[in-house]
Amino acid sequence: MKGNCWKFGNNINTDEIIPARYLNTIDTKELASHCMEDADPNFMKKIKAGDAIIAGNNFGCGSSREHAPIAIKAAGLSCVIAKSFARIFFRNAINIGLPIFECPEASEQIQEGDEIEVSLTTGEILDLTTKKRFKFEPFPLEMQEIIQAGGLMNFVKKKINAV
Amino acid sequence: MGMTITEKIIAAHSGLKEVHPGQFVYANVDICLGNDITAPIAIDEFEKAGIKNVFDPEKIVLVPDHFTPNKDIKSAQQSKSLRIFAEKHRLKHYFEVGRMGIEHVLLPEKGIVAPGDLVIGADSHTCTYGALGAFSTGVGSTDLAACFATGKVWLKVPESIKFVFHGKVKNWTSGKDLILYTIGKIGVDGALYKAMEFTGSAISQLPMDDRFTMCNMAIEAGAKSGIIAFDQNTEEYIKGRVTKKYAAYQSDPDCNYTKTYEFNADEISPQIALPSLPENTKPVEEVSGIKIDQVVIGSCTNGRISDLRIAAQILKGKKAYPSIRLIIIPATQDIYKQALQEGLIEIFIDAEAVVSTPTCGPCLGGHMGILAEGERALSTTNRNFVGRMGHPKSEIYLCSPAVAAASAITGKITPPNEVIKN
Ligand code: SF4
Repeated sequence: MKGNCWKFGNNINTDEIIPARYLNTIDTKELASHCMEDADPNFMKKIKAGDAIIAGNNFGCGSSREHAPIAIKAAGLSCVIAKSFARIFFRNAINIGLPIFECPEASEQIQEGDEIEVSLTTGEILDLTTKKRFKFEPFPLEMQEIIQAGGLMNFVKKKINAV
Repeated sequence: MGMTITEKIIAAHSGLKEVHPGQFVYANVDICLGNDITAPIAIDEFEKAGIKNVFDPEKIVLVPDHFTPNKDIKSAQQSKSLRIFAEKHRLKHYFEVGRMGIEHVLLPEKGIVAPGDLVIGADSHTCTYGALGAFSTGVGSTDLAACFATGKVWLKVPESIKFVFHGKVKNWTSGKDLILYTIGKIGVDGALYKAMEFTGSAISQLPMDDRFTMCNMAIEAGAKSGIIAFDQNTEEYIKGRVTKKYAAYQSDPDCNYTKTYEFNADEISPQIALPSLPENTKPVEEVSGIKIDQVVIGSCTNGRISDLRIAAQILKGKKAYPSIRLIIIPATQDIYKQALQEGLIEIFIDAEAVVSTPTCGPCLGGHMGILAEGERALSTTNRNFVGRMGHPKSEIYLCSPAVAAASAITGKITPPNEVIKN
């Protein structure tokens, strides 16, 4: 995956990612149209498909709403890189197959507008603008199984069918 | 090595003798919960996966509480999807408007969650039930869908942090103030992924309602769960409510905590969390005088009967300041009725408050009291994020019911002892 970066600070919460006033729908396109609206009202006008979010600590804190990773994914963003993630956001992203990477160095050093390339196989983020390389920790095996199945529901279906 | 309460509950639900932090388990779930915002996605996922039957119709709880009574057509559609699903799968615990209450107050009240249970809910404040000595944690809609199908959840066993509250809470200080103080000390990610265990003499003496408030806000420190060991208070609370078998766990003396914090409850005064993070806490005396437009008393944090009693004690015979909109929301129908019988509702209406049917309403900026640009609310809810209660340029200050009621009278943030002698 390859795209330009948009930077955000620490503790970006789910109300900023997708405000509660839009939670009366589960339509992914509509949710995407309000992605990051309370953090940056012009966000959706600026981004292109494949772009990435770079954030600080505790990204996605607050409510359990899966609408948050869904909005990011449906907006066409390729991934989120942060120093750390709030735990429910983290598990929701794994469960729906939104790629997220915990990488403090990348979060600090990648600048807004940089073009990056992420390789899942090598576990590396390459900043094409500055030529810097960053390593991220692979997920635990059990989580990789869920990701490889294409999300939790596919994983569950496979398990149920196997029984 | 001994185990914490949290580790014991997770082990017991994973068919294991012992577990240790960081371990990955598939745990059996006693109760799983969804609401009118999160369950529609779960139901959609469940149906898309083509799964026919739920794992157990008695262990799934659906509560349409956020935008209900339905605030608009879209919300009505979402609630309808819960109703249809509940009928189709003959769910035992579906709470229609009129029986409904805010989920995290309703489930303990109805005895649906028991000590020692393992509970997941597609709502971040599911951590509330830790006050019963249960392990309960918030998950997402897909987790809920998977649980509908399998009755299981994937978990990484969390490390535990111990919070010891010595001494005794002062007059006008409540569980809300203890937890706000704690979040102020450790920050909104201070317990990220971890279980917060609250203990000490001040906790032993703390009423159940206050304990629920404390565990409710564990998520505001990033925690996976909050927990308080089963004791006499717990036992009294569940009497007449919980009819199933329960388990009363205690942490072993030689169990492992990654950290221990010790606080002196006597030194904690009523707290205020300033915009726009729950960690921006200050003692009320330091911020008194800030002008406010709206006061909200309610939510899964502070909409219980003792919260309403405290508010009524302060508001009795007084009126809300002329420019203040005072909104009071009992968290469940039973609490509403109790408040009515005790004469609290009359006190509120005489004080010129709006009293609403149970709903999350303004807590998440849904309905029943949305803020306009530049307005400031003082609220007993749990989050003061940007835009949480309305316009992105409105502000929320968090506090206890006592501070909220006192401030409603003066129109500005006010310590309770300035309005009433105890
Ligand atoms: S009262 Fe507020 S925090 Fe509690 S469940 Fe409802 S919206 Fe969430």
